Amino acid sequence: MKLNVNGRDHEVNVEPEMPLLWVLRDELHITGPKYGCGIGYCGACTVHIGGVAVRSCSMPVSAVSAPVVTIEGLGQPEALHAVQKAWIEHQVAQCGYCQSGQMMTAAAFLAGAVNIPTDAQIDGAMGANLCRCGTYPRIREAVKTAAKSLKGA
Amino acid sequence: MSRVATIARRSFLIGSAAIAGGVVFGVYQVKKPHANPLRDGLQPGQTALNPWVRIDKDAVTLITPHVDLGQGAHSVQALLIAEELDIEFGQFRIEPGTPAPAYYNRALANEQVPFLSHDTSFQAEAMRGVVGGLFKVMGVMVTGGSSTVADSFDKLREAGAVARETLKLAASKKTGVPVAQLKTARGAVQLPDGKELKYTELAELAATLEPVSNVTLREPSQWRLIGKPVQRLDIVAKSTGTLQYGIDLAMDGMVHAAVKVNPRQGGKLNRYDATRAKTMRGVKHVVPVTNGVAVVADNTWRAFQAARAIECDWGPAPYPAEMAGHWSAIAASFTPERLDKEWRNDGNVDQAATQGKVIEAEYKAPYVAHQPLEPLSAIVKVGADGVDVWVAHQMPRFLQQKVAAVTGHKPEQVRFHQQYAGGSFGHRLEFENVTLCAEIAKQMPGTPVKLTYSREEDFAHDFPRQIGMARGKGTVRDGKVDSYDLQVATVSSSASQSDRLGQPGPPGADGQIAAGAWNQPFAIPNFRMRAYKVPELAPTSSWRSVGASSQGYFANAFLDELIHAAGADPLQERLRLCNDAVSRKVLEAVGEMANWGTKLEPNRGRGLAFVDSFGVPVAEVVEVTQTDKGIRIDKVFVALDVGRVIDPANFDNQVKGAVVWGLGHAMNCEITYADGMAQQSNFPQHPGMRLDQCPQILVRGLQNGPQVRGTGEPPVPPAAPALAAAIFAATGKRLREMPFSKSIAFA
Repeated sequence: MKLNVNGRDHEVNVEPEMPLLWVLRDELHITGPKYGCGIGYCGACTVHIGGVAVRSCSMPVSAVSAPVVTIEGLGQPEALHAVQKAWIEHQVAQCGYCQSGQMMTAAAFLAGAVNIPTDAQIDGAMGANLCRCGTYPRIREAVKTAAKSLKGA
Repeated sequence: MSRVATIARRSFLIGSAAIAGGVVFGVYQVKKPHANPLRDGLQPGQTALNPWVRIDKDAVTLITPHVDLGQGAHSVQALLIAEELDIEFGQFRIEPGTPAPAYYNRALANEQVPFLSHDTSFQAEAMRGVVGGLFKVMGVMVTGGSSTVADSFDKLREAGAVARETLKLAASKKTGVPVAQLKTARGAVQLPDGKELKYTELAELAATLEPVSNVTLREPSQWRLIGKPVQRLDIVAKSTGTLQYGIDLAMDGMVHAAVKVNPRQGGKLNRYDATRAKTMRGVKHVVPVTNGVAVVADNTWRAFQAARAIECDWGPAPYPAEMAGHWSAIAASFTPERLDKEWRNDGNVDQAATQGKVIEAEYKAPYVAHQPLEPLSAIVKVGADGVDVWVAHQMPRFLQQKVAAVTGHKPEQVRFHQQYAGGSFGHRLEFENVTLCAEIAKQMPGTPVKLTYSREEDFAHDFPRQIGMARGKGTVRDGKVDSYDLQVATVSSSASQSDRLGQPGPPGADGQIAAGAWNQPFAIPNFRMRAYKVPELAPTSSWRSVGASSQGYFANAFLDELIHAAGADPLQERLRLCNDAVSRKVLEAVGEMANWGTKLEPNRGRGLAFVDSFGVPVAEVVEVTQTDKGIRIDKVFVALDVGRVIDPANFDNQVKGAVVWGLGHAMNCEITYADGMAQQSNFPQHPGMRLDQCPQILVRGLQNGPQVRGTGEPPVPPAAPALAAAIFAATGKRLREMPFSKSIAFA
């Protein structure tokens, strides 16, 4: 099975029903996407498939038909994505475990947003990602900052 | 001034280790200091000036033994050393250190005594001295009880100061310039001619010197770092997916394990059938473990799948199988035989009950799970000469004992490698994930075994927060609260934890059964608080803010009913009764922030609660709106006094997170047992708060308290009762049982 992750092609030999998350983590050692609930509820495993935010824990690898981007592909410490910059500026993370998924959800949302989103739109877009540490107020602020930076660029 | 004087009187232990050119730097001396753990394992060219500072020719390394669970412990520990050491963020590395008695937690020891945290009487201080000495002797190394800052504030600054002065002495010896003419900044000693000697260049010489022990800590006006926001050391890594958590760790030859352990916690495994599991792709072994069975495979998901395929016949739970049995055991514990302690008895509540209007009410708080977002995991490798353990844990020295007992080694042969944690909230005070992993690894020596819990396994074995009930009886007279008689009965999470540790519990009564309830700074003329210890039911553990998480709710919910019956104002009546100056300021601050007393629209409500836990008085006001979809939480105002805010950015984040934690679990979380098993197995059944439900939260940190305190837990307890009071104000409905979703909907 072929898989393109963060611009690199990989050949993987796994069961077709294995969730993409575990192919990424255990076969390709790409550990930015996190295992949280395993049932697509918490969002810690969120990646982009063809630009769409997808919960990789519930996506069989055989159903992946477009290039995959993980948090590592979104940006790196020396080449940050606007969302990551905003996450750093607002010091969003506490434990940080959910934040890969939060940022991937935010990045896909903002890529598709025509205008600077309203509070209600941010709540709608980010409401399905769980953060047990309760960093929600800062996530909201960081999404706004990232939106302004993306629209200004 | 008093602080400086106190410190000057203290004697330092300075275990400067002179190992071929490096230096490790201070532990307090009670009688005899603990050995400096950095002396072992120093490489040529390294110096360990004390247990917190190690310098060699390449780098300055600060040791941050309190584990970072997301609360920013690493950054705050490093900040305190750096403040006095005159080194900037970016100029040093950090390491978690190895388990050692030198890192015993003094602040947590201070909280194990039955005195108000603000009580500095001779008796209280003497008792703290005794218990603190015990903790020191035992070398109890714990991250918990919101104690990281309290434990670190003086000792890490002293460690930084001792290291700095010793490096200056080394520079003086090297150059002949008197110490008085030397300055320090940005990781270097500065000579009068403007030349700089980097600390790393001085390490070798510093190691040969008797460390300078006569240091004075800087006055707050001289601080560069304390009180100003800093960028957390881990923030870039956590914002780019590059931070490696325990669950992310991999190593050569590692295998992946999953367990299936009796979901009736502590119950036996009668028999199992792994025929199908053994045929599944990637499965290497199926091995027995305590009360269950483990699968070893070549991939986490394959291990999960195979574990699910094993058919097990489980033995019964060693506690009531159904909730009715739990509640009846609690209800039956309000007896003289089960009385753990009468914590307070001012005036005469019995006599007061014959005069005035009597109010009675009963409250319930359920078991609640910790469930940090990173499921528990561990890596263990059993070798001929010892055992290596890679995991994030709050009690590393107990962990060594636990693992050693499984593998047959000595505790000192267990090499612990602290990891970053994706949250804990008390979950990482437990050992089962580690001991189970050790059981598997023992059966395959030489192979690193990584055990990962599925979310379902983690829920089934969470060791939840204590369950409990309270009964209040009080009277109001002439528009005032006149008597307040609160009885609280809960299981003892301390006893449950101590039992699993194989340790006797803390001596005397369990303070957590009364926490947040007995120590209310309110001079109600007749005030009694009695705590009852319920016989052990399901095993429980410390959950963020521990006893106060339920007792603070009971205490405020009942007081709110009395104030309402008296026709008084919840804030004004508390202020009238308040007999503690620091707490009074907190109450006044929250009232001002919330514009308390102004009118709200008819479908809205405002509620207030106050709890002092871990020595931190916290007042919160919650504002809600009743919508057609249910209760919407609009705003929360929080005022608290931690004595000194070290890093305002992290402080703000911690307080808001604690409020979200307190509200979310009060809204919709509980663990219930049916057929002896937790009925909640994943987040949809135990959701907590989500972003679209999160209120605006405004925080004010006051600095009037006499001692520096931590902030990770204290804002949790007032959240639930403030929410209940706000809902009452909006709807007229009293919520006497958590979670509130049992009786009201949330939008």
